[in-house]
Amino acid sequence: MNIEKFISEFADQFDDLDTSSFTAETLFKENDEWSSMTALSVIAMVDDVYAVRLTGDDIRNSKVIQDIYDIVLKKSNS
Amino acid sequence: MNNPFCLKGKKILVTGASSGIGRQIAISVSGMGAETFITGRNEQRLSDVFNLLEVPGTQYVADLDIEQEQDNLIELMPNLDGVVLSAGIVKTLPFKFINRKDLDSIFETNFFSPAILINKLLKTKKLNKNGSVVFISSIAGNYVGTVGNAMYSASKGAINAMQKVLAIELSAQRIRVNNISPGMIKTELIYDPIFTEEQLKDDEKKYPLGFGEPIDVANAAIYLLSDASKWVTGSTLIIDGGFTIQ
Repeated sequence: MNIEKFISEFADQFDDLDTSSFTAETLFKENDEWSSMTALSVIAMVDDVYAVRLTGDDIRNSKVIQDIYDIVLKKSNS
Repeated sequence: MNNPFCLKGKKILVTGASSGIGRQIAISVSGMGAETFITGRNEQRLSDVFNLLEVPGTQYVADLDIEQEQDNLIELMPNLDGVVLSAGIVKTLPFKFINRKDLDSIFETNFFSPAILINKLLKTKKLNKNGSVVFISSIAGNYVGTVGNAMYSASKGAINAMQKVLAIELSAQRIRVNNISPGMIKTELIYDPIFTEEQLKDDEKKYPLGFGEPIDVANAAIYLLSDASKWVTGSTLIIDGGFTIQ
């Protein structure tokens, strides 16, 4: 896995927000667009691309994109 | 007076009986006196339910998505006075992530299987005159839309559409065909880990009477299977704690 690619895939789940400044440390819920729909899209994207099942709690307990990346990495190795 | 909801002397088949709503329907209709025939995919859980039946018929472990298993089930069945189609699955995906594989799988279990099962019961003349068919549908796809629920909603919308035609076609034999469209019922089906406990609690607040329990649907099924509803066909009973009136 590669964090740059992941950030781009993650950012792709937003339709309106300017995500060009997204980094691993971006607080991804601190914007106007984030919603339960974006959360479902992130979960679906991770399942599609990494075959990893994220839970609602994984999203709830994460603040920055790196947090999600780390969970996906951990789950894909287990 | 005689209890109008009594099911004594009736033979009733319940699909999806190993868990959730189907499990409770099997227990309840048997409690009302029906000789109850059950089918489901999980052998252990189906057998647990079978042991709770007051008037047990037969239990048959089957995956009704497989046509041969449907044929085997039908061969085992006596002539039936009632059928409850309760097997169902759900998968939550935003629309841009839906795909043919998941759509096929949901439609297989939620629509094709119950449709073909009724078709085969009719062909083999195993549905008695004055019988009752009850589809467990949903408010989803018929009255409301919720985020990520397109595939499930479509399958339940298809059930409600088909049921009206069946009700007309079978009226000559006085076989009644009705739906129950529940809102959120507390079964393992709704405890999908993609939702947090907090999200479910927030959702429950949108229900004037909170989430329902399997018994709320089972009691409606008793009514639709009994002679109390002998003039009711082609209808849908919304059992949703007041969700859709808002």
